[in-house]
Amino acid sequence: MKRAAAALLMLCAPLLMGQAKPVLVPDVSQRDIEIAYSFTGAELLLFGAILYPRGRAPDPEDGPVDIVVVVKGPTQAILVREKAKVAGIWLNAESMRYRSAPSFYAIASSRPVRQIVDERTRAIFELGVDSLQLSPASGAIPEVQQRFDRGLVDLRTRSGLYYEAPGAVEITGGVLYRARLAIPARVPVGRFTAETFLIQNGRVLAAAVRPIDIRKSGFERFVASSARDYSVTYGLVAVALSVLFGWGAGALWRRF
Amino acid sequence: MDLYLPIANLSVNALVIVALGLGVGLLSGMFGVGGGFLTTPLLIFYGIPPTVAAASSASQVTGASVSGVFAHFRRGGVDVHMGLVLVAGGVIGSVVGAGLFRLLQASGVIDTVIAVLYVVMLGSIGGLMLHESVTAVRVGRGAVPPRPRKRRHHPLVAMLPLRWRFYRSGLYISPLAPLLLGLVTGILTVLLGIGGGFILVPAMLYLLGMGTQVVVGTSLFQILFVTAVATMVHATTTKAVDIVLAALLLLGSVAGAQLGARLAQKAKPEYLRLVLAVMVLCVAARMLLGLAWRPDEIFSVELL
Repeated sequence: MKRAAAALLMLCAPLLMGQAKPVLVPDVSQRDIEIAYSFTGAELLLFGAILYPRGRAPDPEDGPVDIVVVVKGPTQAILVREKAKVAGIWLNAESMRYRSAPSFYAIASSRPVRQIVDERTRAIFELGVDSLQLSPASGAIPEVQQRFDRGLVDLRTRSGLYYEAPGAVEITGGVLYRARLAIPARVPVGRFTAETFLIQNGRVLAAAVRPIDIRKSGFERFVASSARDYSVTYGLVAVALSVLFGWGAGALWRRF
Repeated sequence: MDLYLPIANLSVNALVIVALGLGVGLLSGMFGVGGGFLTTPLLIFYGIPPTVAAASSASQVTGASVSGVFAHFRRGGVDVHMGLVLVAGGVIGSVVGAGLFRLLQASGVIDTVIAVLYVVMLGSIGGLMLHESVTAVRVGRGAVPPRPRKRRHHPLVAMLPLRWRFYRSGLYISPLAPLLLGLVTGILTVLLGIGGGFILVPAMLYLLGMGTQVVVGTSLFQILFVTAVATMVHATTTKAVDIVLAALLLLGSVAGAQLGARLAQKAKPEYLRLVLAVMVLCVAARMLLGLAWRPDEIFSVELL
């Protein structure tokens, strides 16, 4: 309730202050991404306009205006395991639980995000792969915690699930902006969000969110849902398929 | 040609998977093994999650063994009686295996257990096969053949109570022995996604003392049913059977198996066994290195 009230207040804030603050009007090229058989990832175009109060852009001498766009995937509860050498072989030893780690995180900005805002602001708005709120579930000592955080971020960065694209946002005429972000094929399905921030002098002047839905479509959705909901039938079909293939190939081959 | 796998949740090059199936099928046709021991590690190496790889390669083994079973049936090379006892053991084994799989998965050591099992099993079987085939090759070149073994089956097998007659195999032994053998291969099928042919065949020959003319056909018979059950077990418990991945593998492997069977007729069997032994040992050595060397990824993520 409190949060809703705060959100309402934030939404109304520009109106209350007589349009003293700029407003962002964002959009994305695709609000629904369908995963079909040939899905190898998608490229999102995130664009929009900055509406300044009384249509006047701020004086460039007050400091440069920056746009930061963040695309986040649905959060997941995960278990991160760390391998260690035990008696000569490498096996999973320690582990750490996270309640809600983003399954995908991409940040595009008009300048490197560390030059735009300070560390505190980055932590508040989760700007940058090292500022993610990973919400660990198990209470561990901070050093271990950090080691696992770094391990998780590093792993997902190298598989293309977390990344930063400094300089990927282009601002035209001080009022229009656009950015391209790639979504890899390995992302999970669900509701993604695209957040846009307008930042000047290290302060967030305006923010706006757009949802993006990624879902499996057609045959892929049918297979995934029948594997989940009708697992016995699905298994029987898989077995029948393999018997048919094997028998068919044998029968076909004897003809020649 | 990229194709999205709906269960593995990633896109793969379909031609690579078909080629992989073809290669494995070729070997399985040539050597009379299911080839699961190659498919699972190769799929994992390609980036498929280990659970999906083990679950989907079991169905490939089913496909590869079907035509073999039919061929052996026509020649009367299947002891159905013995086969059914083995299958019964295999079904119990795959259910036990599923329980083990879940237990190991929860404790996070499933990957290590899979790798260790591969090393131990492939290492010992490969070593035995190498020894046997080298001896056979040397005999073929004029060396003095070693003295044939006196006893029919292992003394432990003879000790078991309750004896049945298996006419086709020419045996009068306790059904508990093949039941236990089936149980072990059933567990391995679920855990590793292999058919277990290269454990079954030597065990049937040297432990049970079965007649050579029914060994391969009966082992294929057991593999066919147990891999089918393993696919069902995976489909209902881990839900990791990717039907698209399995179809791609099958497409390559059934064609490869037929081709391999033709090639095998032209080669000397002892040389084939020698090549297979070397190959099995190579896979075991690669797995051992993977265990001992510092892995590329120290961290791994598991969804809860």
